[in-house]
Amino acid sequence: MDPIIQLKGLTKCYGALKAVDDLSLDIAKGEVFGLLGPNGAGKTTTILMMLGLSEPTAGSAWVSGINATSRPIEVKRKVGYMPDSVGFYDSMTAFENLLYLGRLNGLPEPEVRSRAAEMMEVVGLSAHMHQKTATYSRGMKQRLGVADVLIKKPEVIILDEPTLGIDPSGVKEFLHLIKELSVGQGLTVLLSSHHLHHVQQVCDRVGIFVKGKLLAEGSINALSGNLFNKDGYTTAITLGNAPAQPLPFEEELLAWGVINKMEVAGDTIHFSSSSDISARLVKVFVEKGFEVIGVQRKEYGLEDIYQKYFENNSTEATANEKSDGFIKKSFFKKRKPR
Amino acid sequence: MKSQMVLSKSLFSKSGNPGKAVQHKAKSAFWVMVSKEMADHIHSWRFIVLFVLIVLTFFASMYVSLGNLKQAVGNTSDPDHIFLYLKLLTATENSMPPFHVFVSFLGPLLGISLGFDAVNSEKNNGTLIRLMAQPVYRDNLLLSKFVSTLILVSVLFISLVLLMTGGGLLITGVRMEPQELLRIMAFVGISILYVGFWLSLSILLSIGLRQAATSALTAIGIWLFFTVFYQILINLVVRAVLPDPDFLSAEQIAAYNELILTLLRVSPSQLYTDATTTLLMPSVRSLGPVTMEQMAGAIPAPLPFKESLMIVWPQVSGLVASTVVCFALGYYIFMRREIRS
Repeated sequence: MDPIIQLKGLTKCYGALKAVDDLSLDIAKGEVFGLLGPNGAGKTTTILMMLGLSEPTAGSAWVSGINATSRPIEVKRKVGYMPDSVGFYDSMTAFENLLYLGRLNGLPEPEVRSRAAEMMEVVGLSAHMHQKTATYSRGMKQRLGVADVLIKKPEVIILDEPTLGIDPSGVKEFLHLIKELSVGQGLTVLLSSHHLHHVQQVCDRVGIFVKGKLLAEGSINALSGNLFNKDGYTTAITLGNAPAQPLPFEEELLAWGVINKMEVAGDTIHFSSSSDISARLVKVFVEKGFEVIGVQRKEYGLEDIYQKYFENNSTEATANEKSDGFIKKSFFKKRKPR
Repeated sequence: MKSQMVLSKSLFSKSGNPGKAVQHKAKSAFWVMVSKEMADHIHSWRFIVLFVLIVLTFFASMYVSLGNLKQAVGNTSDPDHIFLYLKLLTATENSMPPFHVFVSFLGPLLGISLGFDAVNSEKNNGTLIRLMAQPVYRDNLLLSKFVSTLILVSVLFISLVLLMTGGGLLITGVRMEPQELLRIMAFVGISILYVGFWLSLSILLSIGLRQAATSALTAIGIWLFFTVFYQILINLVVRAVLPDPDFLSAEQIAAYNELILTLLRVSPSQLYTDATTTLLMPSVRSLGPVTMEQMAGAIPAPLPFKESLMIVWPQVSGLVASTVVCFALGYYIFMRREIRS
């Protein structure tokens, strides 16, 4: 693996507050990486440090082998960054806005016009090219932001909360565009979001980032494997009428060697197994003459992963709070919003 | 899918034609920014209003001085009467102040209104972070804001003054002395510098203060303080602190006067007025009080340009220094600042 973004022990403190705490992360070329975390987790701060817009308190950020803190200009030449609330010059048209950025990136005059027009086409805004950006909707601005990022022919694009405030169909199109870009042009994409579903749709790998700490990283499958290896796959089979307890053919099922746990609750039987056995189970039940009226195979999505990590984290946090803030708590009853 | 097609096309053009890029050298990012800023200013209502205001006052004061020109040039007891073009800039009756006095009022307004939202409005619109994510140096942004406005102001002043000399030539048919040209150009230069000071002050405020309205008000506050209240304040302090002049010797009074003048010169408008008066009225030989011994033997004749310039040199350096200080301070704050949207 050849990491294009390398963060080594990155730390950023604002006074006593540690916004980013000893973050180490490698992102490979051509990857779509999702930085997931709740608001205020330090995602934006991390991104700013990658661009050299903010100085890390400790550690270093490297983008394609260049130190972002000491040589930010070179990094910015390779990285396209779209901030979470991207703004444009309202008095200029979208095309002029784009031209300006192209020129700032040193594109020569004859090329910059054709390139800007091309980018407008890529993001599907050619029809509104000569409209003032003041008239643009949020979704259009976001697309224009992508055009902005692409005009400099970046190696890496960093999108900070790109799906914020766009309607669902807009999000879908937008994510599609990002996926296309990463596949079609071999771009490395770093995406920050607190929207799990969005990230799940496009990211090859995600990092879960809470309170400045990277709690876990890996592909979504690997993450769910890590987290739920105790349970693995869960299948629930609902029968027409409650079976006898224990199941008469329990031994037979256990002989497969993959079932870890079996639990009968009324007319529903829960299986936990190390591999996906739902089809096999249904077959057995039907053969034994049971009426199978429902099969539920539980897959762990990002939501569960997220929930699990955040739950763990918030219980930890409250535990800490209890020990050091006991007196405070007894005076001011503070309820943690969760 | 349409965009897919386009994507593959853009992949193509990415690798294609590397030689073309070499032929057309791209403008440096700094000049791109300067030209964008200038275009912004020219298209803004703010600039148009100020432009009209300054052009109007210019023509009004020209009109008045043209009416008084004959009398001013014919007045042989005035050693400056031979400088027709300088008279054109300074001669007035009491109804209207001359142009340079107008500039000492309007210049700050020009500088402040063109700079008060330079950085904070970009920040509030979210365009600052967009710019800073591009491969441009941070200082280029500040410098481009400053330079672009100053270029516009210079063009404005220089064209006005050239218009004046051209009009003067047409109307009177009198040849222009080289010295007059130098003096007028120096006047223009100092006026630009004066606007530059207020510009850098307002840019500094726009960096330091988050809201554009706050920085505009603060800048106007500073301007009003120096033009109106500062003199009053100095007068009050002088009356309260300094001893009664009746009990002082002539030298002591002169020394105190010198001190008061020095204090007054903290105000940039005072510096500007001193400098322009000396340059536009060649017979002014000193800005402070002059003793009888110094006056003895002096012929009331105009000074050469170089001597006038020497007299105002401290004023000019004062203006330059305060401009640089404001700019450097803004620079320092801006460079260390973390930019977030």
